[in-house]
Amino acid sequence: MTTPHNHAKKHTGLLKVLTNRTINKSYYVLEIEIPQGAKDILPGQFVEILVEDSKSTFLRRPISIYNVNIERNSMELLIQIVGDGTRQLAKLKKGDFVDIMYPLGKSFSIIKSGTKALLVGGGVGVAPLLYLAKNLKDNGVEPHILLGGRTYENIIETDNFEKYAKVYVSTEDGSQGEKGLVTQHSIMQDASFDMIYSCGPDPMMRAVAKVASNNNTNCEVSLENMMACGIGACLCCVTPTTSGHQCVCSDGPVFNTKVLEWN
Amino acid sequence: MNLAVKIGDLELKNPVMTASGTFGYGPEFEDFIDINRLGGMVVKGTTLHHREGNAYPRMAETPSGMLNAVGLQNKGVDVFCKSIYPEIKHYDTNILVNVSGSTVEEYIETAERINELDHIPGIELNISCPNVKEGGMAFGTSCPSAVAVTHAVREVYKKTMVVKLSPNVTNIADIAKAVQDVGADGVSLINTLLAMAINAETRRSVLSTVTGGLSGPAVKPIALRMVWQVAQAVKIPIIGMGGIMNATDAIEFMLAGATAIQVGTANFIDPNVTMKIIDGMEDYMKRHNIDDINELVGGMR
Repeated sequence: MTTPHNHAKKHTGLLKVLTNRTINKSYYVLEIEIPQGAKDILPGQFVEILVEDSKSTFLRRPISIYNVNIERNSMELLIQIVGDGTRQLAKLKKGDFVDIMYPLGKSFSIIKSGTKALLVGGGVGVAPLLYLAKNLKDNGVEPHILLGGRTYENIIETDNFEKYAKVYVSTEDGSQGEKGLVTQHSIMQDASFDMIYSCGPDPMMRAVAKVASNNNTNCEVSLENMMACGIGACLCCVTPTTSGHQCVCSDGPVFNTKVLEWN
Repeated sequence: MNLAVKIGDLELKNPVMTASGTFGYGPEFEDFIDINRLGGMVVKGTTLHHREGNAYPRMAETPSGMLNAVGLQNKGVDVFCKSIYPEIKHYDTNILVNVSGSTVEEYIETAERINELDHIPGIELNISCPNVKEGGMAFGTSCPSAVAVTHAVREVYKKTMVVKLSPNVTNIADIAKAVQDVGADGVSLINTLLAMAINAETRRSVLSTVTGGLSGPAVKPIALRMVWQVAQAVKIPIIGMGGIMNATDAIEFMLAGATAIQVGTANFIDPNVTMKIIDGMEDYMKRHNIDDINELVGGMR
């Protein structure tokens, strides 16, 4: 029931930006060089980035790890511009250095080979699902991924996801894929999945968890509560669970929905 | 060059301590720093019974600081003694337990349990938590109640007892003097300032509890002023804190009258910050030809 714990050593320090790739006006991908520990990073883990030169940003920003390239000793971070911090980070250029703590949190469970998994991502919540899909595929699991958003502009990186998974799309306005919420997509009617993984807005994950529960399918979600420390020290980012308040940063961010008290 | 300072019977190898509630119990930071280099570590606020703390959201980012309303979430003193203490007692630093309670009796019982632990040389009596309905700050905002709880715990607690003061008072020096007179070995200040944040879009308070405690660089000038005021009023050593982010901030607190300092919110921004502060204080001493760091205490000209 508990998600796997990563015992890899955590690091902090200035890391070099290798590339900054703009997806569209709201999203970009930073590729960061990591001198040590690339192979220890597990899908679902995150980093905490220090934003310099921002008047309104005091704390680090937690960002999901989007992909890891062990050969290049790098990791990618898929970021949506939502406030001043993410806007400042968008200005980073190749060769710049940025202060990052990594890898943080517990990862998704990798289910056994020969099974089928459905990954459901909403908006920038798709970020941790790419490296998950890659790991599932490498482990002999058949990943299917449903990308959801309000409109086509929120559906990003489908080419990248297609490398590892069969991709489905839903938008609330019907501008791409099936029209409606992710839970209304036809793939959600398919009860043959052995596991559902989800990351996105809270109401979406709750709705996905309900579908999973109705189908008796195991479900893991990645929560994104507001955090301060990122390492389980401040107890700010807690979520209620069957064993009391747990820290999303260190007991999660990935939780099996059976332990979450979502009422 | 001497960086060692004394607080009651505690001998700190340097003045740098970590503030309660910002450093877990230590292991959370082991990947980043050598805990044994710290002058001291004050572990998470501990109460007689297990506490779940307040509902999420319990944190808000504010200009140059943050609000928290954790509400003393902890497993209770029994779990601390049985499960946590054995994991941290090997650290070669002064481990202080921050003791809190809803009633004087709870403070007494918790302090008695901590008194039995060989490798805990002191407690920090928390009469200043702004985030609990009963106890906490209620004790620390009037002289009679501060005296009552400090005196009662002094009767049962035999080692070094530091009392952590609330800034949410009219005259912090009066409270400091009052707890000194009933046997406090030192005072630590400041705890967080009662504050709040509202989301204008949703018209809701950001914190589930509406109010919380403000910390970070935003409170530093207030903390510095209070340390200076208390230093004029008491003879016992002061542990200064409030928005310390670097060695210069730490030196300023010592010049205002603090013998030691605690680093709190800065641990969230940089888990290595305490080590950088120790190194930076050494550099400062070299630059200013200071042989003994105690020369800085109250050394504002």
